[in-house]
Amino acid sequence: MENKMKVEFSSRPENESFARGTAAAFVATLDPTMEELTEIKTGVSEAVSNAIIHGYENNVEGIVVMECILDEDRRVTIIISDAGVGIPDVAKAREPMFTTGKPEERSGMGFTVMESFMDKVAVDSSPGKGTTITMLKYLDTGHDL
Amino acid sequence: MTTIDFQLKDDILIACIKGDLDHHSAAGLREEIDEAMQAFYAKHLVLDFNGVGFMDSSGIGVIMGRYNKVKEKKGKIYITGCSEYVRRILDMAGIFTITQLEETRQSAIDSIQGNVAMQMRMEVI
Repeated sequence: MENKMKVEFSSRPENESFARGTAAAFVATLDPTMEELTEIKTGVSEAVSNAIIHGYENNVEGIVVMECILDEDRRVTIIISDAGVGIPDVAKAREPMFTTGKPEERSGMGFTVMESFMDKVAVDSSPGKGTTITMLKYLDTGHDL
Repeated sequence: MTTIDFQLKDDILIACIKGDLDHHSAAGLREEIDEAMQAFYAKHLVLDFNGVGFMDSSGIGVIMGRYNKVKEKKGKIYITGCSEYVRRILDMAGIFTITQLEETRQSAIDSIQGNVAMQMRMEVI
């Protein structure tokens, strides 16, 4: 049996903590470890920050959509989408240290952090239309057995 | 709400960050640390992450930006109070190749002052 939720919020930086807190509260129903929860919160925070900073170029009037699906084999799917400018070269954007922001303040490590904390990260983007990031995480089943 | 407590020891500014470090809070943190470094004529910076409950890659950006400023004054950055999780993120970006990781705030201060004493001795010889 699947459990789903979907929220929409303004592309305001103060909503980054709302988004990761909401995702964590929803995933908490599966009784994950603290480490797994922290990793999911970090993935959400990176994806939402990307939507706000890069997708909407810091314009607070955009809408970020977050969907979360939990299925019976303890698989968490989180989909974060924006209708912003899109990414012209996804492969380049995923490279560590690559940023289009100010290099002295932005690390360009967002995708690297997402990839190392989540089990799978897929990026679907088209310039002028927006970006959708789908992240998968398999929760440990150890304590259930 | 993310805040910073500052302490000054000679030319070392100690910044204890409390709360979440994300893109939203990073802008204010950068500004506060830079202002304090200038106001106190500090050369070295100790960043204490003990009170950080959550951090994403914005923390890397904050350290890299401060590193460039501290380097201009020939100072060093010391990182302390890292949880295993904060350390993992910083390590991904190679932050510990440009800063020094210390167990405690005091060991960071000792390390800076020890280095200074060593340099002075070398000059005398």
